Amino acid sequence: MNAELPVLKAKDFESDQDVRWCPGCGDYSILAQMKKVLAEIGARQESTVFISGIGCSSRFPYYMNTYGMHSIHGRAPAFATGLKTTRPDLDVWVITGDGDALSIGGNHLMHVIRRNLDINIVLFNNSIYGLTKGQYSPTSKVGAVTKSTPRGSIDHPLNPLQVALAAEGTFVARSVDSSIKHLMATLKRASQHRGTSFVEVYQNCNVFNDGAWDYAKAKATKDQTTVVLEHGKPLVFDGGTKGIRLNGFMPEVVEIGGDVSESDLLVHDEKATEPHLANILSRMRHPQFPEPIGVFRAIERTTYNDGVNEQVADARGEQGEGDLAKMYTSGDTWTVA
Amino acid sequence: MTTSTEQFPPTSKPSESVSGVTVRLAGDSGDGMQLLGTQLTNTSALSGNDVATFPDFPAEIRAPRGTRAGVSGFQVQFSSDEIFTPGDGLDALVCMNPAALVTNIGDLKKSGILIVNSDSFESKDLKLAKLENSPLEDGTTDPYRTIHVPMTKLTRGAVESTGLSTKFADRCKNFFAMGLVFWLYGRDVEPTLRFINAKFGNKPEVAEANRLALKAGWNYGETTEDFASTYQVSAAELPAGVYRNVMGNQALSWGLISAAKLSGKELFLGSYPITPASDILHELSKHKNFGVRTFQAEDEIAAVCSAVGAAFGGSMAVTTSSGPGIALKGEGLGLGLMLELPMIVIDVQRGGPSTGLPTKTEQSDLLMAMYGRNGESPLPVVAAQSPADCFRTAIEAWQVATKFMVPVVILSDGYIANGAEPWRIPDVGTLPKIEVSHPAGREPDGTQFLPYERNEDLARPWAIPGTEGLMHRVGGLEKEDGTGNVSYDPDNHQHMVETRAKKIANAASFIDPLEVDGPESGTLVVSWGGTYGACRTAVKTLQEKGQNVAHAHMRWIHPFPANTEEVFRRYDKIVVPELNSGQLRLMIRNEFLIDAVGINKIKGKPFSVSELVDEIESA
Repeated sequence: MNAELPVLKAKDFESDQDVRWCPGCGDYSILAQMKKVLAEIGARQESTVFISGIGCSSRFPYYMNTYGMHSIHGRAPAFATGLKTTRPDLDVWVITGDGDALSIGGNHLMHVIRRNLDINIVLFNNSIYGLTKGQYSPTSKVGAVTKSTPRGSIDHPLNPLQVALAAEGTFVARSVDSSIKHLMATLKRASQHRGTSFVEVYQNCNVFNDGAWDYAKAKATKDQTTVVLEHGKPLVFDGGTKGIRLNGFMPEVVEIGGDVSESDLLVHDEKATEPHLANILSRMRHPQFPEPIGVFRAIERTTYNDGVNEQVADARGEQGEGDLAKMYTSGDTWTVA
Repeated sequence: MTTSTEQFPPTSKPSESVSGVTVRLAGDSGDGMQLLGTQLTNTSALSGNDVATFPDFPAEIRAPRGTRAGVSGFQVQFSSDEIFTPGDGLDALVCMNPAALVTNIGDLKKSGILIVNSDSFESKDLKLAKLENSPLEDGTTDPYRTIHVPMTKLTRGAVESTGLSTKFADRCKNFFAMGLVFWLYGRDVEPTLRFINAKFGNKPEVAEANRLALKAGWNYGETTEDFASTYQVSAAELPAGVYRNVMGNQALSWGLISAAKLSGKELFLGSYPITPASDILHELSKHKNFGVRTFQAEDEIAAVCSAVGAAFGGSMAVTTSSGPGIALKGEGLGLGLMLELPMIVIDVQRGGPSTGLPTKTEQSDLLMAMYGRNGESPLPVVAAQSPADCFRTAIEAWQVATKFMVPVVILSDGYIANGAEPWRIPDVGTLPKIEVSHPAGREPDGTQFLPYERNEDLARPWAIPGTEGLMHRVGGLEKEDGTGNVSYDPDNHQHMVETRAKKIANAASFIDPLEVDGPESGTLVVSWGGTYGACRTAVKTLQEKGQNVAHAHMRWIHPFPANTEEVFRRYDKIVVPELNSGQLRLMIRNEFLIDAVGINKIKGKPFSVSELVDEIESA
């Protein structure tokens, strides 16, 4: 059947609306890679739905020539739950930001992940509230000076991947807005996962928090400051000169050569049943460690939408299709002549 | 097992015929009074009486035993006449302990029957009820026909052969009380025996103990000299048909399931547990074979948002809650009306504000339903008038939601939700077919699909994801009419605000006109929601006394029925009884500049007929 359908190009996923993000915003790259990925995986415009909350990132659906809903602040996962549960045939993407997903919408994020609804969540993390013009966010570092924290933020930040892992996420990944190939590959993996795919994207807000991720983005430094995760491969970075070794429960950076060979290094296992390794990796932060980029965890678990629809199918199989007259007369009745 | 007729012989005592009886069963939360009440209701309904019930229980699951806070009550009126309320003054009151007695005796008619479990009036029981003297000895019970029954002792004796421990034997006390009440009113025990078999089938010794307790209660009535006669209430003359008993939340659930079926849709419920609405979630969860999908959300907000998501996908979407939850849903409902998607929002009202009185009834969410959202955000509002009426209300709400593409609010209340009455089962063929359509897919032809193009009802097309060529984006930002694109244009905003309001006003052409019961002039009593029965009965009483009083009941509150003003203008005086401080009255005064008079009660309890009669007379 697919063969009869016209092959769509990235351009076909572009809507007629003018993109209104600030020039230089990291969102442009994510939008561009998304369109390419959809074309590449053979997605259909009519069966793809983007749902967002509120924030700069949440304007995303307007720019996609698919079905879309720009919903209310923090609640996109809840709208997605109603839609995907009743329409499992649709490919549903949730586009959110650090404020939207982790602050006002923290509750919904946690619950959609633990239910393992078969959707893809892309969290644009710029560690700032952009649309409201520059307040600190739940991922802003302690000490961050913003409009609402002139003396520096005193809130301890949340680590998005840790939240996803704590919520028993079955697919947890991280990428960077400007790492085009890596971002595409990660979004593609996310789209192929059955269950909630959670992707954190380091996204630069060049107006209110410019340079927040420079260490992970700059060509000159990114080899030293990030380590690319590949399933079954040792954690090697900085041109193969350094690696990550586990010392007890603690990771450590080691130089390769001399006493240390690749066989001493931590080998990534995204399919590990328990999330311990993913936890350790997700807690490796700059500048003490290179920050892992890639898929931290990818395991199989029944999806919420499958569970709901199987129960409906089972009930129909066992009881037959619902019959109103039978329901009305279940239990005691009497007749008035 | 011998048959029930042998075990429960008809009385040899004289039987007095009465037209109707109001009984209240009161005891500790753990005494099984709700179960007793339900059984008495069902068997009365099955014998052809008209029935109406009022369960009244504390918010605590197990309040401290024996205390006044822990008293749970169930009132039922059964009658050979058509009735609309669970009754005012009690003909009989059953009290399982002193706390139940002191908190309920004020409602017992003088010389009414008071049945007490005399075994539970010892000093420790009195202390728990904060009583210094026993009300059985200090004259409290003198005006009544008090019958002391040592129920604990008699029940233990009756179930001794089953070998149950004292603790379990004492749990059968409610069945003893049931046996006695059934005997007193000549009720059929057969439905209750069936219930015992079904409920305790896997615990034969418990089933047997309950049967023995029931029988002992029955025999006690026959043997004791305290009762000289029994009472008979003959069948009511109800319209011909097959009947069953329904509770409000059950009827609402069945109405929703029916509406889904009648419109060829599958039902999605997003809900979060809250008293007194949770039973709708429970009931709908049982009917998955109708394609019902229930989602117990992480909170009230997720519940309403999931419903909007399901509506976007083309399902019949519903969210249910009570006042505190509806307050949380406000923003989600605003999006629903902005997206112009059909869905149903149910508010089973309880006492407020804040957590308020979770298990008590009130009508104080009307203004929230009407105006409780940011911006200009009107929604249609319909209120169910009785437990059985909930069925029809759900169907009507879905008709309006789909015809006008708008979320519809259904108001119920704790009194209707937990109350029961006979329901004439409709013939499925006579239920309205609900036409719902979605625009078909199309090849790209260079023209733009207009998601906010309007039909003659001002409704937009319900284009659903998965449809080829109709891709569009919706959202909470103001829409340009037609294209649905984001628009900050000032004139467009005014146009859209007015259009959304007009669309709802148009629904007046769809709903039934306001009907009046009574004279064409004089005083008009205007009621809405669950006070229907009390208002109707009170007005009937006044009419029988020769007073010039009429009654009009409003089911649809937004929009008002098209003839509302014309009806109101015929009367010298408009009286609006409400279980709030005057919310419908405020709307009537606002809409028509009519100086309506309120009768307002905010006690967490329904109106009694007698208080309404007095208040209407003096209004």
